[in-house]
Amino acid sequence: MRGFQSALSALLSHWRRRPGQFVTLVLGLSLATALWTAVQAINSEARSSYDRAANQVAGADRATLEKADGGAISMGDFVRLRRAGWLVTTVLEGRLQRGRVIIRIVGIDPLTSSAGPLNFEGGSAETPYEIQDFIGQNGLALAAPETIAELDGVPNLPRLIPQEGLPPRTLTVDIAAAQALLQRPDAVSRLVLLDPQPVGAAPLGDIAPDLTRVEPQTGQDLARLTDSFHLNLTAFGLLTFAVGLFIVHGTIGLAFEQRRVMFRTLRVLGVSLKQLVVALVVELAALAVLAGTVGVLLGSVLATLLLPNVADTLRDLYGAQVSGSLGWRADWWASGIAIALLGTAIAAAGSLWRIRSMPILASAQPRAWAMVSSKTLVMQAVSGFVFLGLAAVLLGLASGIVAAFIIIALVLVGSALLLPPLANRLLDFGQSLARRAGAGATAQWFWADTRQQIPGLSLALMALLLALAANIGVGTMVGSFRTTFVGWLDQRLAAEFYVNARDGQQGEKLKIWLQTRTDAVLPIVETEATLDGRKGAIFGVANHATYRDNWPLLERTPQVWDEVARGEGLLVNEQFARRSGLSLGDEISAAGLPPTPIAGVYSDYGNPAPQVMVGLSKFSALFPNIPQQRFGVRVPPERVEALKNEISAEFGIEERSMIDQSAIKDLSLSVFERTFRVTDALNVLTLAVAGFAIFTSLLTLATMRVPQLAPVWALGLTQRRLAALELARTAILALVTVVLAVPVGLALAWLLLAVLNVEAFGWRIPMQVFVGDWLRLGLLALLAALLAAAIPARRMAAMAPADLVKVFSHER
Amino acid sequence: MLIDAQNIHKSFATQDGPLPVLRGVDLQLDKGETLALTGESGSGKSTLLYLIAGLDSVDDGTISVAGRQVHGLDDQGRAELRRETVGIVFQQFNLIPSLTVGDNLTFHARLAGRENEAWTAELAERLGLTDFLRRYPEQLSGGQQQRVAIGRALAGRPKVVLADEPTGNLDEETGEQVAQLLLDLVRDTGAGLLVVTHSLRLANRLNKRVHLANGKLA
Repeated sequence: MRGFQSALSALLSHWRRRPGQFVTLVLGLSLATALWTAVQAINSEARSSYDRAANQVAGADRATLEKADGGAISMGDFVRLRRAGWLVTTVLEGRLQRGRVIIRIVGIDPLTSSAGPLNFEGGSAETPYEIQDFIGQNGLALAAPETIAELDGVPNLPRLIPQEGLPPRTLTVDIAAAQALLQRPDAVSRLVLLDPQPVGAAPLGDIAPDLTRVEPQTGQDLARLTDSFHLNLTAFGLLTFAVGLFIVHGTIGLAFEQRRVMFRTLRVLGVSLKQLVVALVVELAALAVLAGTVGVLLGSVLATLLLPNVADTLRDLYGAQVSGSLGWRADWWASGIAIALLGTAIAAAGSLWRIRSMPILASAQPRAWAMVSSKTLVMQAVSGFVFLGLAAVLLGLASGIVAAFIIIALVLVGSALLLPPLANRLLDFGQSLARRAGAGATAQWFWADTRQQIPGLSLALMALLLALAANIGVGTMVGSFRTTFVGWLDQRLAAEFYVNARDGQQGEKLKIWLQTRTDAVLPIVETEATLDGRKGAIFGVANHATYRDNWPLLERTPQVWDEVARGEGLLVNEQFARRSGLSLGDEISAAGLPPTPIAGVYSDYGNPAPQVMVGLSKFSALFPNIPQQRFGVRVPPERVEALKNEISAEFGIEERSMIDQSAIKDLSLSVFERTFRVTDALNVLTLAVAGFAIFTSLLTLATMRVPQLAPVWALGLTQRRLAALELARTAILALVTVVLAVPVGLALAWLLLAVLNVEAFGWRIPMQVFVGDWLRLGLLALLAALLAAAIPARRMAAMAPADLVKVFSHER
Repeated sequence: MLIDAQNIHKSFATQDGPLPVLRGVDLQLDKGETLALTGESGSGKSTLLYLIAGLDSVDDGTISVAGRQVHGLDDQGRAELRRETVGIVFQQFNLIPSLTVGDNLTFHARLAGRENEAWTAELAERLGLTDFLRRYPEQLSGGQQQRVAIGRALAGRPKVVLADEPTGNLDEETGEQVAQLLLDLVRDTGAGLLVVTHSLRLANRLNKRVHLANGKLA
């Protein structure tokens, strides 16, 4: 025990003497942990919101009865089913706008539903209530406390009672209250089947033939849809963590090398190997817990900043309601500390193993920490090619999101492993060029010495390569997405403005009124449908040049629009075609839709659900109950405002029911930008962490550079010249890394666009390259590397000659 | 008998096969005795010292230090031997750079659980280190560092002090002073001293002297 304590105190004294190194280690591990924790915190918060949504009594996790055409069920159906012995309960769901806030209304029948997490009686001392307060048109509403806080001051809402465990921005009310709030009297969205259903009840077809049983899938759908988003975030978190580990590995490796003398002395003085290793493990664990704690705190700050954006993105993209504020959860706190411990273990494993197997009489002089043999470079090259080969094999054989991520990981790791040997070859080439050009001794030494630095800097350069490749890859993906999306919006939103009538009756009148005042009126009708087992929609599309000229078709038969207009063909969206393996000519059918061949496939970004478009006349014939309420209006742009005013005066339709094209585009683009804001933030942070990795590597190598530079100084180079050459050396290595990062980044972009996006969202976006972005990123990386090299270079320039002379004496 | 080494054999593996360094060496040291071990470079002097200190293991033969059989000890046992029985002084000083002079001085004694403030203070005084106790090793000259190493070896009052070229890194005058301090302090503690040295001057100041050549004592 005494030996252990003394050894530990001696080990810890190293950090007291080198506070800079201590801060670097803790900061490196903290940064890596922080990014990981931020992603975990965001994911954890989102998943908790999904769970709350899935667990509510509205029946998202139970089988339901619904109208085949997606229309409302009448209360009469409900009563008939109950009388026939079916255990069903009513649910009416809809969205309500109050001012700028959109609230989800969930109407339930408290007497027939299983309460789930709802508590219909009790409340707090300040807000007592009983079940009869809940029932009826004017009954109270249950909502999550954070929702109540958000709705503070919003008018025309029922009395709100706080209840934990409810989804955000959702009010749970009695069905009568929901029908009143949503202005849908007698309407029911679905009937939830309760357990256990009695045996021998009359078949559904006999009681309510227009109802179909739908198995629970909404919650799973949401989880599946959002899973890809969260997987993306997790992958980014892991990538950044890996980059952070390069820092930790570098600092721990250096700390071990610097203490080789101490380790030997401790052993010689009577500390056993076991005691030494245990002391080192305890020291590292303490450092990991400290850094992990700091990292979790930093991560929670980061998550708090990013979560509102993520919540908006998830709502806009998937309709998932996620709380915008961060709860304090033990799982991501523990996950942060665990990942810090794991990271430290990974980073220190090699060093610990070397200590364990180091003979007591091994040279106590710090080994050339940075030295690596040509054999190692060959091994790295072989491993790199093996990783890339595996990626190619997987690309040909495997499918699915996880496989896509494994391929990306293999490409990144393989490329990183190839960097040192490739950089070595490039510098070798530079050296031979210098020799052939008859360059002076200094130039020859410079190239040879730069090559010699590759092993020591290889980890930092690998980190930089990964960060740059991630930036180029994700930047290319987002840029391609943005360009395609803007063009696609222009095509899709061809009408100058869109107007919503109050009901079908007003819709008919509006249509006739508009026909004489506009270039075209294009009704937009849709109904929910189950397409190949997934919830989707069937749209009716007018036979008009607006669609023929603009609709973004990816594949088409020669007479696509004529076939659609005649009802002999239909269009499907890209994600439906890809997920169901559909191609032109394949027949599609759904409840109410007879088998019809596919005449075209259109791009439909931002929507994960399958869609089908049929001719408007066919749609009206198949779904006569769906009224025409929404219209795209074609008028000269200068007529838009005047026409909106006329509609308002004639029909009393409010301004908010008439949306012009530019407003929709602005909204869509803002959703898009917000979606990628998190990615942008993580991109910048990853690059910053990589810059920090270079800085720490250079700083730590600087101490070992003195013996390498002192002889050159003694032979006649000034310290200023040596410092300048140090800067040039770093710039060259950074430049080599930037050049090699471009193809890796492009490969990553291709994998994201052509593999991962297709797997995750079902659409593929054409890749575009943005050379200007690479140049900007390259300059940024160069600047970061030069900044990182500046401090060690300045130190070299200002070093006292006496310190340089020490290299030649035995006192060092 | 403090040290009793019998028929010690030791070889090192080389590309051309095993290279015998010690071929049946016998060596004894009594309590209070000082012994110089001399020999050419590469004659195996330091190897023999390391074997006695439990830093390496013999191929054949037996070593006993203060009554403990060294050759049968595992890593834990040999660590205990170095901690509690032996004090070692190296040519390269091998101080712990991140500990102050004061901490270095007491470090070995603390490991052995034999720290004695009065004795440490006396050691510091006699070694001329009193004014440097709060400094770090890198702030001292070579002679001063070696004095710290001697103090560290003696602070726990070990039964045996092993010194490997203790003046090899010092100039003549400093080496002379350091050697004198080492001999004085060893005499006062009553420990046995085995010194590996090239210096005939130093060797002549010890009680006994043995010469190692071709792996055997001459």
